[in-house]
Order: sequence, then structure tokens, then C-alpha cells
Amino acid sequence: MKVLAIDTSTFVMGIAVVDGQIVKGEIITNLKKNHSIRVMSAIEALLQECDMSPKDLERIVVAKGPGSYTGVRIGVTIAKTLAWTLNIPLVGVSSLEVMAASAKYFQGLVVPLMDARRGQIYTGLYQAVRGDIQSIVADQVILATDWANELKAYDQPILLVGNDSVLHEATFVETLGHSVQVASETLHNPRPSELAWLGINREPEDIHTFVPNYIRLAEAEANWLARQQERTE
Amino acid sequence: MSEKDIFVLGIETSCDETAAAIVKNGREIVANVVSSQMESHQRFGGVVPEIASRHHVEQITLVLEETMKQANMDVSEIDAIAVTEGPGLVGALLIGVNAAKALAFAHRIPLVGVHHIAGHIYANQLVQEMKFPLLALVVSGGHTELIYMKEHGVFEVIGETRDDAAGEAYDKVARALQLPYPGGPHIDCLAKQGKPTVDLPRVWLEEGSYDFSFSGLKSAVINTLHNAKQRGETILPEDMAASFQTSVVEVLVGKTIQAAAHYDVKQILLAGGVAANEGLRTQLQKQVEQLPEVELVIPPLSLCTDNAAMIAAAGTVLFQQGKRATMALNANPSLLL
Ligand SMILES: [Zn+2]
Repeated sequence: MKVLAIDTSTFVMGIAVVDGQIVKGEIITNLKKNHSIRVMSAIEALLQECDMSPKDLERIVVAKGPGSYTGVRIGVTIAKTLAWTLNIPLVGVSSLEVMAASAKYFQGLVVPLMDARRGQIYTGLYQAVRGDIQSIVADQVILATDWANELKAYDQPILLVGNDSVLHEATFVETLGHSVQVASETLHNPRPSELAWLGINREPEDIHTFVPNYIRLAEAEANWLARQQERTE
Repeated sequence: MSEKDIFVLGIETSCDETAAAIVKNGREIVANVVSSQMESHQRFGGVVPEIASRHHVEQITLVLEETMKQANMDVSEIDAIAVTEGPGLVGALLIGVNAAKALAFAHRIPLVGVHHIAGHIYANQLVQEMKFPLLALVVSGGHTELIYMKEHGVFEVIGETRDDAAGEAYDKVARALQLPYPGGPHIDCLAKQGKPTVDLPRVWLEEGSYDFSFSGLKSAVINTLHNAKQRGETILPEDMAASFQTSVVEVLVGKTIQAAAHYDVKQILLAGGVAANEGLRTQLQKQVEQLPEVELVIPPLSLCTDNAAMIAAAGTVLFQQGKRATMALNANPSLLL
């Protein structure tokens, strides 16, 4: 099966083409540049390098968030439109799960994270079982200090993955001491080939109703709901 | 049109409408689908960009599918894809632009980027063939512009607002009158029941200028309402609506007629969401009689508000002129005409 994988949920842009058991190519950049300008050009270039036409594609896998709202939307919009017009299945995979997959041979717990401002992080808890990454605690947005405290209960070695790990390393070390370590620099960029791999056998989404997993409500919506709540109290 | 017919798929997501349409030869609507989010934004009293973007992602493939179904066509039969690249809300524009690029890429179809206002002007082409030179009055929530066109695809902005757009002034005045969002239609409706008894300014700016300014008028309305309240007097909302509308329309129509005479145009086109305003339509129709040589074209309401047929119509001209966008096409929220 020929799979195109797209991840634009952080500053890292990842595109991969996987053909059956073979990772044919991937493009990964970690640049503060505009995804909207670069993603379709990168897809075009990569398919061309792989001597493939869009019509050869049999499945699209996209990182569905959490992450930058705008970033995730660009990837998801492209993925939905391609899957719809090429009439092929679409699979969405957690952007944090893709990050965790870089550490799938770690003996212990894997904590992928993205900075979510004001001390908060998008994170989840994953565990590697013989090279397979499994979710233990669902993706969420939480204060890094609270998350570090919760992780204490597991009493296992913990690996932080993701480019924003360094921003929060101190918080985790303070609470968890030597049981926590940060993945090496070369593991932080999520690998789009891992994304393709995670999605290759999964149940496809309904293309029309598929939306990013933002985790958070839009701010205006949250404020509005809070006001409604006040009114009923 | 000779030889082969040209089918252009238009995509528009610049604000709170997710829209797609197919237009044949730049003039004939084959399919036209608009999914409005207005209800969702009403509770916030205006369009919330993040929420608009979220809705566009939910709607985009549904709207595209409905369009192809209406046209009974396959995307591979399309000759070009035209998409609004700006101006507008950047996060909203991005959805249309990236969907358009993905479609163009998947089927190797030429892609053209369209300016939203060019789209509004070309909505007229779906009603009546454009005759040059012409003058377009574009009035919407975000725009108040007088545009002179001496030929297809060439736009000269001869007048624009220096502060609020007319539609923006309508929304703010509507809020002051405690009318629901969006304010334009409510004021238009209320104005018909009232009389322009309140003395409000008409801002003509300096002699010979075709620019507009509505913030002074808006403030005058708010101050007048405030002062009346302090004195314990009541101004009937319908009279205030009528007075405000009269002032706006007088200036819009006055400047349009002046410019049409000065530039010796063959046509005046009314474009943009505020073109749905009955007060404006009626006055423009009445005043244009001063210029018997000039034809006035006002598209039906459904083509005045945001839609993708207008983008396809404008895109057809650009496509025929050889304009092409690459896979690097981006949303440009402050795109110039
Ligand atoms: Zn518009």
C-alpha cells in the first residue's frame, strides 16, 4: 500500500511516502517558516522524486493534533481534500503519538510534549511494548507541574520527547529526579514515516466529518460557555 | 464562446461562508454552494476568526462534494481552479487555499489566485456582460471602495474608506441600537419604518476626493443616543436607523455618481454584501437617471453576499489571461487589488 503521511502540527514539517514495507522517502524540516507555502510544494517534490503520481496513492495519514491550531488545520485540510478527491482512505493519528513513536524502544514510560503557554503543555502518556507504542493516558492539556506530580505515582523511568522538552525539563527533574531524562536532540522532530506506519493499518475516518483534535475550545467559545455558566448559577 | 467551453471551480473561505461553485465560460453558474456559519457567530456579536477557521475545516469537503454533485461533474473535468487568496481572515483563507492546491495537484489542474473584491465585481458578469470603462462600488462588512476598470482584470482603486467600512459602521450602529448581529439587514429593515429626523453629518472630505469616512458618523449616532438618554428624551430607533442610513447612502451614491460622470463610464456595478441594502439600491437606481448613458447593474442578493461563483467568474478571466499560481500559493490577508 502506498501511503502519504503529513504532519504540520508544530514548526516541524514532515512528509513521508511509504510503499508497503519500504519507507521510500521523507522530508523533515524544523524551521519557523510558513507551512502553507511549503507543504504542497514538498508533497509535489517528494512524489516526483519517488516517481509517483497523486493517483498512485492509496491512503493518506495525517497528524490530527494537538498542536498549533493553524498548523494542524493546514495538514488536515490538505489530507481531507486529497483523500476525498482521490477517493482513498484517510487516517488521523495523534500528533503526540507520532512524537512518542521516536522512543519506541525505550524501557519505561514515554512522555511526548508540546508547549501550550502559561506553564501548560499538551502531553500524553505512552509506553513502548516490543517496539509498539501504546497510549496509557489520553492526550491532554495540563500544567507541567501538575503532570510531573501525576507521573510520580508510576515510579518508572520516564523519557521526555519533543522539541519543547528542554523548556520544561527543569520542572520534571525537580519533581521526578533522576527517573526522568530528555531524549537526544535527534529524536525530537516527529518522524513522518512513523506517522505513516502508525496509520497504515488503522480504521479510516469519515472524511467529511474528520476534524483536528484541538484539545482546547476556541477561546471565545470557552469564555461564552463560562458566561452562560455564571448566568445559571 | 467559440470552440470548447471552459469550466472553472471557485473556492471562497475568506470570512464566515464556506463556498464552492462551478461557472461555465465565466458567465453561467453550473453549481453554487454556500455554507454559512452566521448562526454560529451570532452569539459572539461578530465573526470570531478561530471559530470561523474551525467551521471551514468541517465544511470544506462537504461543500466541494455538494458542488460536484449539483454540477453532475467530476473534478477531472474542470479546466481551472480559482481560489480567494485574500484579503480576509488569514486562518479562514488558508483552508480554501490549501484545499484548492490539493485539488489542483491531485488532478494536475491549473490554479489561479483571486482577489476577493475582484470576485465581488465579477459577480456582475454572472448577470450582465461587463462594458468598459466601468465603475464598481464595492460595499461590504470589510470594504467600501470605488474601483475604476478600463478593461478586464485591471482594477484602479479611485476611492476607499479612510477608517471604518460602511458595513462595519452598520454593525456598530446596530449594536448601539441594540439590534442583533449582523446589523446591516436589521438597520435597512428598521429604516423603512422610520423617518430621517435626526440631523447627522455627511462626510464628503476634500473637493474631488472619492474617499469615504464613516467613523465620524458612527460616533455622531452613538453620541446623539447617549445625550438623548441623559436628557431623558427618546429617539425612536427606526428614526435613528433611517437617519443613519440616509447619511450613508447619500454619500455612497453621491460619490459614485460624481465619479461615474468624471470617468465617463458605460456601466456602474454595485458589489459586496451591503449591495443587498434596499435603501442603497433604490437611491442608486434613482440617481443614476441623471446619467442616461450609464447602465446600472445590481446582482441578485445571493450573488452580492460572499459566494464562490463570483470567484470562479473572476478566475476565468485571469485563467484566460494566462495567470497561474503554483503550489506555493499562500493566503494573503492584506492582498492589494
Ligand atoms: Zn465579501
